[in-house]
Amino acid sequence: MTPVVSLRGASLKFGTRTLWENLNLDINPGEFFAVLGPNGSGKTTFLKVLLGLQELTTGTAVLAGQPIVRGNPRIGYIPQQESLDPDTPLRARDLVGLGVDGHRWGIRLGGAKVNRKIDGLLEQVGALDYAKVPVGQLSGGEQQRLRVAQALATDPSVLLCDEPLLSLDLQHQQAVSALINEQCHEQNSAVVFVTHEINPIMDYVDRVLYLAGGRFQVGTPAEVMTTEVLSKLYGSRVEVVHANGRMIVAGIPEAATHHHEDAHAVAGEVG
Amino acid sequence: MDLDSVLHSIFNFENYGELLVLVQNSIWAGAVLGLLGGLVGTFVMKRDLAFAVHGISELSFAGAAFALLVGADVVLGSLAGSVVAALLLGLMGVRARDKNSTIGVLMPFGLGLGILFLSLYEGRAANKFGLLTGQIVSVGTVQLQVLAGAAVVVMLALVAIWRPLTFASVDPAVAAARGVPVRGLALGFMVLLGVSVALSIQIVGALLVLALLITPAAAALRVTSSPRLVVLLSIVFAVTATVGGILLALGGRLPISPYVTTLSFLIYVACRVIGGIRAKRGLNGRVVRPAPAPA
Repeated sequence: MTPVVSLRGASLKFGTRTLWENLNLDINPGEFFAVLGPNGSGKTTFLKVLLGLQELTTGTAVLAGQPIVRGNPRIGYIPQQESLDPDTPLRARDLVGLGVDGHRWGIRLGGAKVNRKIDGLLEQVGALDYAKVPVGQLSGGEQQRLRVAQALATDPSVLLCDEPLLSLDLQHQQAVSALINEQCHEQNSAVVFVTHEINPIMDYVDRVLYLAGGRFQVGTPAEVMTTEVLSKLYGSRVEVVHANGRMIVAGIPEAATHHHEDAHAVAGEVG
Repeated sequence: MDLDSVLHSIFNFENYGELLVLVQNSIWAGAVLGLLGGLVGTFVMKRDLAFAVHGISELSFAGAAFALLVGADVVLGSLAGSVVAALLLGLMGVRARDKNSTIGVLMPFGLGLGILFLSLYEGRAANKFGLLTGQIVSVGTVQLQVLAGAAVVVMLALVAIWRPLTFASVDPAVAAARGVPVRGLALGFMVLLGVSVALSIQIVGALLVLALLITPAAAALRVTSSPRLVVLLSIVFAVTATVGGILLALGGRLPISPYVTTLSFLIYVACRVIGGIRAKRGLNGRVVRPAPAPA
């Protein structure tokens, strides 16, 4: 199987700060790949590298057999739910439409074909009922369904998700992650899912990349999410506790979290 | 002055037919600016640039005042002032908060410069006042052609970048991920905005440009979220305000701007009321089913 994403000897440094060094990684089609770690560990920067918005300090990155370029249509990108302003002058279908032809110059001509495409995408994520509702009036979960539809507009071979479940309630977290997983397994797209909370996607994750303290570990959740491995990454004693089918990481050192309140070890949160 | 004569100076429709012929060019100019303002305004709202428009117009005023002082072309002076201001804003502030403080610093400086140049100017007082509050200038045919030509260029450029500019304005993170040149488009739009402000100042004056570039689009957004309808309504509202304002102003002996701004304001109030009623009734286009499936 040819990997969709391939990193060789990849390092990223900002000044004296090292986010990761000598990372070798292959992500395969149909694989659900989670990127975990405390805030400031470089999770989002990892996505930016794949999007072509951030250059590696050393090493190479290949996506779908080609060197990484900005605006690659083989990539679908799903941002955090909060990225939409409540007053955004768009209806649900217009947001999805941006994913279809928003990057093209000029104005949209011959809208019938685009409209059919938008209807199909809305149907795929179950959003037809609110196709004409202004996006600002939709719930967080509904907005994220539209984000999935928007990202699927180019039939991407890899979905990059940047904390797409943040600030959603439990029910919507499950619905949206199930939707992303569906795309992963039915369309055989690779999913790269950045999150600091592994529990909502625990059932879907094939492998994780855990970033912490300038170090990283790649493997299945069972291999990586252990007291021994995480303690080594953080360089201090970190406890992984299993309770009620959830996984809790306790004792993450303050210094690793780069002044972010939501990165403390709270019940149900990983990092 | 009693109430009667006040009213007489606001509304006076004697010899209206003859006047109308004389100001034909002004009416056309108003229509062109309405069209331009309505179009550009929709992006001003999407990009949250209302305050920037105000800042640009003050520097545009300073440029026009300087041109008046040194005997240069006023339109060119105002154009230079607003494009410089727009580029400065585009280059300096990426985040909204940076941008607002930059504008807050530029605006009083521009206004101060303008007042300085005007106090040094020894020509007709009406010329000074017109820069700030607008006037029915007896627009000549050549002037109208230049204005219309410039407006057409701005509108064509706007149409050319329409889709990526929309994407970059309402959804910048995803637009950047899709390879849309977010930063370049922001700068490009600022230049178009600068030119539009300079053109609008000729009719409504530096202080009241907002009535042309913001109020119509803001009103349209109150009643619809459909991108096409927003543009259409915004243009209709802006043209109604400018052309209607000029037609009403003919009757009195006041500057044109109070008429344009009042019309613009009334349209906005009406749209707010309609939007409020619709929101109260919960009419937002959602398909309501008897037993809704859980989202």
